[in-house]
Amino acid sequence: MGDTRRNRMHALRLMLVVLAMFGFGYALVPLYNVVCQLTGLNGKTTRIGADEAQGYAPDTSRWVTVEFLGSVKAGLPWEFRPVVSRMRVHPGQLYDARFVATNLDTQALVGQAVPSVAPGEAARHFHKTECFCFTQQRFEPKETRELPLRFVIDPELPKHVKTVTLSYTFFDVTSTAKADTETIQKQN
Amino acid sequence: MSSATAHEAHHEEHPSGIMRWITTTNHKDIGTLYLWFAFIMLFIGGAMALVIRAELFQPGLQFVDPQFFNSMTTMHALIMIFGAVMPAFTGLANWLIPMMIGAPDMALPRMNNWSFWILPFAFAILLSTLFMEGGAPAGGWTLYPPLTLQTGHALPFMILSIHMMGLSSIMGAINIVATILNMRAPGMTLMKMPLFVWTWLITGYLLIAVMPVLAGAVTMLLTDKFFGTSFFNAAGGGDPVMFQHIFWFFGHPEVYILILPSFGVISSIVPTFARKPLFGYSSMVYATASIAFLSFIVWAHHMFTVGMPLSGELFFMFATMLIAVPTGVKVFNWVATMWKGALTFETPMLFALGFIIMFTIGGFSGLMLAIAPADFQYHDSYFVVAHFHYVLVPGSVFAIIAAVYYWLPKWTGHMYNERLGKIHFWLSTIFVNLTFFPMHFVGLAGMPRRIPDYALQFADYNALSSIGAFGFGFSQLLFLYIVLQTVRGGAKAGDRVWEGADGLEWTLPSPPPYHSFTTPPAVR
Repeated sequence: MGDTRRNRMHALRLMLVVLAMFGFGYALVPLYNVVCQLTGLNGKTTRIGADEAQGYAPDTSRWVTVEFLGSVKAGLPWEFRPVVSRMRVHPGQLYDARFVATNLDTQALVGQAVPSVAPGEAARHFHKTECFCFTQQRFEPKETRELPLRFVIDPELPKHVKTVTLSYTFFDVTSTAKADTETIQKQN
Repeated sequence: MSSATAHEAHHEEHPSGIMRWITTTNHKDIGTLYLWFAFIMLFIGGAMALVIRAELFQPGLQFVDPQFFNSMTTMHALIMIFGAVMPAFTGLANWLIPMMIGAPDMALPRMNNWSFWILPFAFAILLSTLFMEGGAPAGGWTLYPPLTLQTGHALPFMILSIHMMGLSSIMGAINIVATILNMRAPGMTLMKMPLFVWTWLITGYLLIAVMPVLAGAVTMLLTDKFFGTSFFNAAGGGDPVMFQHIFWFFGHPEVYILILPSFGVISSIVPTFARKPLFGYSSMVYATASIAFLSFIVWAHHMFTVGMPLSGELFFMFATMLIAVPTGVKVFNWVATMWKGALTFETPMLFALGFIIMFTIGGFSGLMLAIAPADFQYHDSYFVVAHFHYVLVPGSVFAIIAAVYYWLPKWTGHMYNERLGKIHFWLSTIFVNLTFFPMHFVGLAGMPRRIPDYALQFADYNALSSIGAFGFGFSQLLFLYIVLQTVRGGAKAGDRVWEGADGLEWTLPSPPPYHSFTTPPAVR
């Protein structure tokens, strides 16, 4: 039957749609990241160079309150908190802030801090030139250390935003960090 | 059509006994297999629902520990969605579409066999997780990470079974679309097709478009858990909220996959028992197509509370409310079909009327949930449970039951017992409302879903819901009895079965020959 060939061709074409849609599912991942960057959807902050941060004109007529939060993901035996829990800042000016963390465990652990800014619309105006979250942090047993952060809020922050909350969560990445160093050692 | 005759002769010598069912490529046999499979899954998923309702009969922990309770809610959903409702509609499509468009069989008979026979294995794997270390999946059918990644040994098995279910429904959908587009009898133009065929054509496209996205999402879960990727792992730069976006990009069209074929069933039944042609046929087609289109741009209304920009909340709120327009067109057309019709109330019509009224109740509670600011109160409460059970049980399930009563005489050649059918309808309707209506109240009062215990003030309504659930569950045993009785014998059914029935399937004898139309029928 000629029909059989036509049916098979049709089925093949639809199979291609299936494959394309499977790919589209994965394409949603970069798409999501782009949308997040444009809208600040997931509260991710941006990293900028120090000279770029100097380029902003400080708006000394305006005050914004920045609140700091530190939390630790369940399963990581660390203590983690900001040294100062809030500060008042001018948009466009560089500021330093510090967090402090302690490893309560008797073995060395590696943590990765993940930032989140609320409200989401403030996220893309919150820039950091230096942050302990840019790299993984290794803590020896019982070690306590201060973790520095340097940030600037650009003057384009919407006028109605009076308070910006910057929250960090520490995740335990000891197992993957070990694997990474091992592969690096192997490569060398 | 000499080739078609030879084809038929070849199939006359089909094997008998169990091998007939395993090797069959016949659309009617496969339709029957799908329908029985769905029926069995309905009882398995129903038994899980009764475990949930038994536990919730009283406040406090009675029968099961919370982990197992969570497994029950998760497994109940997966089984009912992928094991009962979707295979039941595919079964109906297999049985009916070739007969409705004047085709001898489905376009791809061997693939048809394969797409059914994957299912029992998929669900054997899923059900086997109940006996695994760490228990069956208990993180909810929506599989949100990181919670779902804490599942024990069951996780890879669950993901494999979801892949198999997806493969089965994709192959089923490809087959149905190819059949509808290539196998219509001469003269059967697209706009002459019965609405059941139209709704399935659109459902088929929805399945082809979104099941692969679900497959991608669960594959990402698998690689996150076992292969060190960080799609949803915040520590590695991923974002768990992204899973919700990908999941609901599949999940929202999925809910229309579960309801569009019911619209087709109801659009077949109402004109028959109103003895009038369907009002507004082309508007029905366009309404179905617009619902399908809109279903792709409303997914985030399932996640209003994750923290979205205000503009996002507004967009998804208004887009969601827009769906009420084409759905309203459909309900209006069904009512207009009945207007001044010579109505009779046989069992299929009773279930269809129950569908129209109760599905609309579910639609209205859906509109309430669409209001983003109000959703912050309703989110993850029993109000949501009430809403989606109203559109799925007296919605999809009633439509499937109506379809079975309506076409069973055609399939078996016997009339079912009308008196028992009516009793089945009234028991089902009373108990389904007793089960789900009080959930609106406890939900609005703040009772969260997926929790095995609750505050004392919810006790009375929960007791009523549990009584209703057991009543509804056991009423379906009567349905099983009626179906078995009809398969075994009963009054002879004529070709047309129903006085007002219209369509090609009624021109065939009851039961129809093994191959539906060996010569294409003339289409007026």
